Amino acid sequence: MTLALDVLTVVAVSSGAFFFLAGTVGFLRFPDSLSRLHALTKADNLGLGLIMLGLLPRAGGVGSALKLIAVWLLAQVAGAAVTQLLARAARTAGPPA
Amino acid sequence: MAEFLLCAAVFVVATVAVGLLRLLRGPANTDRMMAAQLLGTGGIAALLLLAAATGEPAPVDVAMALALLAAFSSVAFVKSASR
Amino acid sequence: MTDALALAFDFGLAALVLIVATWTLLTRETAAAAVGFVAYGLLLTLVWMRLAAPDVALTEAAIGSGVTGTLLLGAAARLRPTEAAAEAEQPGKAMRFVVALLCASVSAGIAGTILMLPDPAPTLAAEAAAALPETGLGNAVTAVLLSFRSIDTLLETVVLLLALLGVWSLAPDRVWGGRPGPRDGAYQSEVLTFLAQILAPFGIVVAMHFFWIGADAPGGKFQAAAILAAMWILVQRAGLVDSPPVSRRWLRLVVVAGPVVFLAIGFLGSATAGAFLAYPEGYAKPLIVAIEAALLPSLAAALALLVAGPPARTE
Repeated sequence: MTLALDVLTVVAVSSGAFFFLAGTVGFLRFPDSLSRLHALTKADNLGLGLIMLGLLPRAGGVGSALKLIAVWLLAQVAGAAVTQLLARAARTAGPPA
Repeated sequence: MAEFLLCAAVFVVATVAVGLLRLLRGPANTDRMMAAQLLGTGGIAALLLLAAATGEPAPVDVAMALALLAAFSSVAFVKSASR
Repeated sequence: MTDALALAFDFGLAALVLIVATWTLLTRETAAAAVGFVAYGLLLTLVWMRLAAPDVALTEAAIGSGVTGTLLLGAAARLRPTEAAAEAEQPGKAMRFVVALLCASVSAGIAGTILMLPDPAPTLAAEAAAALPETGLGNAVTAVLLSFRSIDTLLETVVLLLALLGVWSLAPDRVWGGRPGPRDGAYQSEVLTFLAQILAPFGIVVAMHFFWIGADAPGGKFQAAAILAAMWILVQRAGLVDSPPVSRRWLRLVVVAGPVVFLAIGFLGSATAGAFLAYPEGYAKPLIVAIEAALLPSLAAALALLVAGPPARTE
C-alpha cells in the first residue's frame, strides 16, 4: 500500500513539475499577452493541482490534508479571478506601444 | 522520498525563475505582473513540497499567505493600471 | 538534500535576487519598478525560508510583497501625470558620483561587518531559548518580540501611528478629515466582486489562524494584521464598502487602542513587577495575549489606512 502511494506521489509530483515547465516555456515563447496568460493558467491549475495531489498521501493526518486542499482551493479561486482581471487589463491596454 | 521532493521543489523554483525573464523583457506591465504571479504560484508549490519533505507545518502557512497576497498584489496592479 | 544541490540553489536564488533588484532600480517606468518590487518580495520570502526563518518569511510575504507592493503601485498610478517629466530629467555627474560613493561605502561597511564576525558569531539565542519557559510561549520569535524586547515593539507601534499622522497631514485643507482614496464604483467588475466576496472571509479566518498559532508556531499579530488590512483594501477596491472618513471617532479609537493598552500594561508592570513592561510572575502569557489582541485591530486599521492614503474627498 505504501509503495503504491509512494509511486502515486512520485508520478503526480513529476507531472506537476512538468506542467510548471510547460507553462513557463509557453509563457516565455508565446507572442501575445493573452496567449501568455493562457500558458500561465496551465502552470497554475495543473502544476499546482498535481503537486498537491501527490502530496496528499504524505500529509500527517486529516487536518494537514485539509490544509493542503485549502491552500490549493485558495490558489485556484484567486488565480482564476486574477487571470480574468489581467486579461481584461491586457485587452484594454491594447498592443504594447 | 524527501530527497526527491526537495529536488522537485528546487526544479519548480528554477523553472518559474526562468519565467522571470518575462519580467525583464516585458513588453507590457501586464506581462511583468504575470511573471510575478507565476513566481508566486511556483513559490507555493515549492513551499508545499518543502513542508512534505521536512514534515514541518510552517511552510504550508507561508504558502497560504503567499496565495492570498499574490492575488491581492495582482488586484492592486489591475486597479492602478485602470485609474 | 545533497550539499552541492543546496549550494547551487542558494547561489541561484542570491543571483536572482540581485538581478531583479538591479533591474527594479534601473527601469525607467515607475509602475514597472513597482511590479519588480513585488517579484523581489516574493523571492525574498523564499530566501527567508532557506535561512530557516518562517516568521520573517510570513511577514515578508504579507507586508513586503503584498501591502508595500500595493502602496507602491498606488503611488505609481498617482505619479503617472508627471511620469514623462521624471523620465526626462538626468542627474548631473557630480551627483551620480556622490551617490555611488555613498552606496559603495555603506555596502562595504555592511559586507565588512558580516565577513569579519568571529566564528561562531555572537548570539543570545541560547539565553533566549533558556528563558522561554518563563514566558509560557512556545515560539521564540514571539517571546523576543513581546517579552524580552517588548519596548522595541511598543516603539514600532508608535512609529506606525506617527507615519499615519504624516500621511493624513498631506490632505488639502478642503478635504481635511475626509475619506481617503478615490471612490471605487460598486459592482463595476463582477470578477473583482466575486474575488472580494470569496477571499475576504477566507482571509479573515486565515488571519485569525495566524494570530492564534503565533504563540507556539510561526505567525503572530503582525502577519495577521497585514492580512486583515489586505482583505479590507480588497473589499474597498471592489467597491463593496467605502473607506470611512478619517475624522470618525471610532476609527481613531481603534487605531489608538492598541498602543494605549500596550502602554497601560507597561505601566502596570512598573507598578506590580518593578520595571516598565515587566510581567508579574505567572501572568506573562495572559498579558502577552492581551497585548496581541489589542494590537491586532489597531495594526490592521493603521496598515489599511496607510495604504489608502491621505483624505481625498469629503463625504
